[in-house]
Amino acid sequence: MIPELGHFALILALLVALIQGVLPLIGAARGSLPWIALAKPAARAQFLLIATSFGCLTYAFIANDFSVAFVAEHSNSQLPLAYRIGAVWGGHEGSLLLWMLMLTGWGAAVSLFSCHLPATMTARVLAVLGLVSVGLLLFILFTSNPFERILPGAAEGRDLNPMLQDPGLVVHPPMLYMGYVGFSVAFAFAIAALISGQLDAAWARWSRPWTLAAWVFLTLGIAMGSYWAYYVLGWGGWWFWDPVENASFMPWLVGTALLHSLAVTEKRGCFKNWTVLLAIAAFSLSLLGTFLVRSGVLTSVHAFATDPRRGIFILVLLAIVIGGSLILFAWRAPKVGLGGAFGLISRESLLLMNNVLLVVAAGSVLLGTLYPLLLDAMGLGKLSVGPPYFNTVFVPIMALLLFLMALGPIARWKHASLADMAKRLRVVFVVAVVAAIATPFAMGPWSPGVALGLLMAYWLIASIVANVIDRSRHTDGGLTGQPRSWYAMHLAHLGIAIFVMGVTLVKGYEVEKDVRMEPDDTVAVGGYSFRFVGVSERLGPNYRAQRGEVELSKDGKVLRLLHPEKRTFFSSAMPMTEAAIDTGFLRDVYVSLGEPIDERAWSVRVYYKPFVDWIWSGCVLMAMGGVVALSDRRYRLKQAAKANLAIEGARA
Amino acid sequence: MNRFLIPLGIFILLVVFLAIGLNRDPREVPSPLVGKPAPIFDLPQLHSPNLKFSPVEMRGKVWLLNVWASWCVSCRQEQPLLVELAESKLLPIYGLDYKDQRADALKWLRDFGDPYTLSISDSDGRVGIDYGVYGVPETYLIDKAGVIRYKQIGPFTREILDSKILPMVKELQKL
Amino acid sequence: MTNPAKNQVLSASIRVNPRLLLLFVFSAFVSAASLAKEAVPMAADEQVEQRLISISEEMRCLVCQNETLAGSHAELAEDLRREIREQIKQGKTNEDIMSYMVSRYGDFIRYRPPLKATTLLLWFGPGLALLLGIAVLLAYLRRRNARLSDVALTPEEQSKVDLLLQAGIGQNKAQP
Repeated sequence: MIPELGHFALILALLVALIQGVLPLIGAARGSLPWIALAKPAARAQFLLIATSFGCLTYAFIANDFSVAFVAEHSNSQLPLAYRIGAVWGGHEGSLLLWMLMLTGWGAAVSLFSCHLPATMTARVLAVLGLVSVGLLLFILFTSNPFERILPGAAEGRDLNPMLQDPGLVVHPPMLYMGYVGFSVAFAFAIAALISGQLDAAWARWSRPWTLAAWVFLTLGIAMGSYWAYYVLGWGGWWFWDPVENASFMPWLVGTALLHSLAVTEKRGCFKNWTVLLAIAAFSLSLLGTFLVRSGVLTSVHAFATDPRRGIFILVLLAIVIGGSLILFAWRAPKVGLGGAFGLISRESLLLMNNVLLVVAAGSVLLGTLYPLLLDAMGLGKLSVGPPYFNTVFVPIMALLLFLMALGPIARWKHASLADMAKRLRVVFVVAVVAAIATPFAMGPWSPGVALGLLMAYWLIASIVANVIDRSRHTDGGLTGQPRSWYAMHLAHLGIAIFVMGVTLVKGYEVEKDVRMEPDDTVAVGGYSFRFVGVSERLGPNYRAQRGEVELSKDGKVLRLLHPEKRTFFSSAMPMTEAAIDTGFLRDVYVSLGEPIDERAWSVRVYYKPFVDWIWSGCVLMAMGGVVALSDRRYRLKQAAKANLAIEGARA
Repeated sequence: MNRFLIPLGIFILLVVFLAIGLNRDPREVPSPLVGKPAPIFDLPQLHSPNLKFSPVEMRGKVWLLNVWASWCVSCRQEQPLLVELAESKLLPIYGLDYKDQRADALKWLRDFGDPYTLSISDSDGRVGIDYGVYGVPETYLIDKAGVIRYKQIGPFTREILDSKILPMVKELQKL
Repeated sequence: MTNPAKNQVLSASIRVNPRLLLLFVFSAFVSAASLAKEAVPMAADEQVEQRLISISEEMRCLVCQNETLAGSHAELAEDLRREIREQIKQGKTNEDIMSYMVSRYGDFIRYRPPLKATTLLLWFGPGLALLLGIAVLLAYLRRRNARLSDVALTPEEQSKVDLLLQAGIGQNKAQP
């Protein structure tokens, strides 16, 4: 009964989405107020319907309803409750429903927080979101219905993939989808602007907080995914340039470019066409990513069960949505005005350069990800493009970007002087070089690669410090009186510097030892000593585990016990390694069990990873920067209303 | 107007490639050995381990080398087809028993049929590596000069046999 | 597990000097303690193993196609790693080993795409795109500045600007 309710809710949602997608658009074009007014209630109704549908699916999982095919595929009655809920998005059909939940959620949010926007703009934005919903709902209803029944129902489910039975599953996909799908709002704003012809600084100001919010979630979502891979896979890697990882990273890169471009459009009224194109591109990459992961076109560890029929459907959807947007762009963009002038060297041009670098980076990732497909499609053979390629291509571009990041914040709008910037950055440069050369000595063998990476990070940090000191001294506000967006910028940039430091130091100085351990054996890594106590059996809710006990000491003093595990789930023969990690501010110590060698001995891997948590801390700092930017005065609704009044007065 | 059409142009190109890609299997690894001489080896025979076999003995004949194993489930699918092919006496089929135990292999042939003129034991898989074997079953069509002409990845189907392999065999036998 | 030392001690205590007994027990403890040792590396030869890891990390496992040859547990991966290990011991260079693999499994096994006619776009694309992007940017900026010129404000516009600025400063002062 409940699954049928869920299915019915989906059908209703499709009808509402059709109304939401079509009528307000026509209404805005004709000036018909009743039809314009339909947009907001439609968006909210759609969200409620999808939420109901999602709730029904979740209920089916919690109640172990194995007559629903999707539940039977991905769940099991012995699965702990949290994972039964997480399993809702542990497979293709359910994750699409999550996609819809996020899409309609964002739509409902837009309908709630848009009182200061002109009604026609809101109507168009919501209409575009409605049309995207229509496409996805058709896809779900025709090819990927999560409520399909199997009769008779299965006695027991096939269980959730053991790799997914982890807290990461509960957090990572929702966070990621919030971000990924959230770019649909920026997209909708861009399309609405193109349709209405109202493409100006005001549009940028409205669009920006939505883009920021989506970007924050995407940053956290990607970081979460990376951290999850790190502790679940058992060998300490955290990024593989896997097609699905790339699929989430490309929208992030373009989204970052978009954020910076929006800042300029808002302030100076220029780059409008470019900003619109970036907004279209960011969401297009999200859609492309959705296609890549579900169509079987690329091999990936993340790929959902594939079906060429689904692939064709998404491809057609992609073609219509993106193709349509680009046609609209080609048609309307030439009519858009140019905005303010600025010099060859200025903050505007530096930000444009930032955009060029980020877009080229995103393009390179896209090229590398799709190249095997391109060659195969042309019959030119089969090859693999893996981490060696991406690292070689991506790092230099990022290095250039990092260099520029010190210049951008101190460049003046409209016209900046190279000589002036050079003078202000002289000390910064010297400090950075000295620190970069000195630090590796403190860590171990000196390496030019580490020094270079650190140079980039220190360059950025020192320039931030210099900027902060300079600004506090020379403005009325002092250190605490600056606009929030200024703090946000530095916080986010600092996050990047911390990230770079983490990556550089861990790559340069991590140590791994793969040893045979019998009870009481010890191994030393990175100044820490590990004593293998033994392995015991333990029974989990749906698995049997071999639980190792390893004593961690430093300088003879016992710090703690670590318990790496090897779990064999009842439902599948696949053994899962659960590493034991001692997390620290300056280092992680990581132990994972290998295989039993004989009755007493096991192969054990121990890792010393200095500064590895700085990788994800950097990402968190970036996200915090985004949140602080969101809380800026400009976006607070009460403030916006006051400002509007003042402008009204001036106009009179 | 023209430069604003560039993004659309790039996108259309992308969609075309993706559409073609939908029909491809990204997991299939084509062999670089097609068109190259079949690697030489000298291995004991399965039924008579004191006797050896080398592909050199097959010069002047068109033949199939079928990689199989008793632990391979998909091999059972194609075995009836191979037996049928062997009975038609069109061309000799030799088996490469890959990473297998002799007793298991002999039993498997008794259970599922033995189309092979003879089978060769590749117990440590080294010859398999030389032939670029990455899964079982795989089959190589080798011509009179000892050059690999075609590699079948995965089990045969009647369709593949009729449409690809048999015509090729007839062509090669004429030479 | 039986403990022969204990039995001997029990029977020895009837006849043997207590000091000898103590010595015996003591040495038993010492030897037990020295059983706890520094763990032996899994690999027989560290140098070879390091090279094996760095070479096999550049290769894809053909069975579990999403793992490197270094990390995969598949049987073929273990066979191939064994093969690489032997070749390293024979003194083959990294290039030799890579071309050995590629001649059998094709370019698909390499994670670093080789530089060939078909991969020119792949390897040089990003660099070219960057150069192109910078060139287009510069050209665009130059063209843009040629098209725009700043126009001075009329007196009415100026007074409107002043009004707006006043309203803005008022808001600023209201902030704590």
